[in-house]
Amino acid sequence: MGFDYMKYLREEKMPHIWCPGCGHGIVMKALIRAIDKAGLDQDRVVVVSGIGCVSRMPGYLDFNTLHTTHGRALAFATGVKMADPTLHVIAVMGDGDAVAIGGNHFIHTCRRNIGITTVVANNSIYGMTGGQRSPTTPLGDNTSTTVYGNADPPFDISALAVAAGASYVARTTTYHAQQIERLIVSGFENRGFSLIEVIGPCFVAHGRRNRARYKSNLDMYREEKETAINVTATKGKPQSELMGKVTIGVLHHAPMPEFTDEYQKVIEKATHVRTI
Amino acid sequence: MKNRKHIVICEDAKTRITINRKWCKGCEICVEFCPQKTLLMEGDKAVVRDIASCNRCMLCELRCPDFAIEVSEGTGR
Repeated sequence: MGFDYMKYLREEKMPHIWCPGCGHGIVMKALIRAIDKAGLDQDRVVVVSGIGCVSRMPGYLDFNTLHTTHGRALAFATGVKMADPTLHVIAVMGDGDAVAIGGNHFIHTCRRNIGITTVVANNSIYGMTGGQRSPTTPLGDNTSTTVYGNADPPFDISALAVAAGASYVARTTTYHAQQIERLIVSGFENRGFSLIEVIGPCFVAHGRRNRARYKSNLDMYREEKETAINVTATKGKPQSELMGKVTIGVLHHAPMPEFTDEYQKVIEKATHVRTI
Repeated sequence: MKNRKHIVICEDAKTRITINRKWCKGCEICVEFCPQKTLLMEGDKAVVRDIASCNRCMLCELRCPDFAIEVSEGTGR
């Protein structure tokens, strides 16, 4: 009882910069517990991030960490994994990082099925830069760049990853803190690309501009609780009942050949040809 | 940390709740989602209302985004 987070934190960097009620801290906690539960060696874990609120996470974590350019977390993570496939590479990204500027890296890393565990903290907004609309902002929501309501339908990150060929795709919300941990642990067990999408709140940049629905950050957590439905509970339910619901749990798991394994075969073949 | 005045410990025979007042940002998540209503807000910080009511479900610790609350077993002091 009583988990010792301090073992994995750079205590001198704390408290973190995230706003009161932000879900990123919950994701960070769950990631720490998942790494501990999976028994990964602290010195063999690499946490890579891009730019954004959640991308500040590696700064607080006491692993090998890499804070890179906007949207390119997966590109750098691919490089790390290729250089040493025995490392446990974890990429932490926001929704803007993953599916806006880094959209192309994202779909091709899914397709390649390289052994990177990717945690996408989806808070439906660009929080750090002042609450601009992101590709996951719900239709009709007010943001600083859509003051009369958002006219674009949002991306479904998990569905995109499944379509792009990821071998493990799971989704949950920051309200379901224990589930985040479980899903990340099973993501570690999958040999290949694992995506864990965590839907979270951003009250300061998103909720505050949609006061009709959200009086405080707590309303955003309540909404997560009310709209979430486990994937096992959706079976046999008509589509009309699932409208407006967020399916959580393991959405897709189909083991495929892992990229660094396949690339090793290429290396062996090429080395053999040269020696003849 | 040299000065530990901001660490508030509330303890009974079964439970020990440690709150780091420096790290607590007053988001109220722990207070709102505590099934036993053990915690409450005092100003902009969370405090323990009634330690005896705590059933050590750990939900406050799991959901605290700021690493500010910790629940462990009491030492009976």
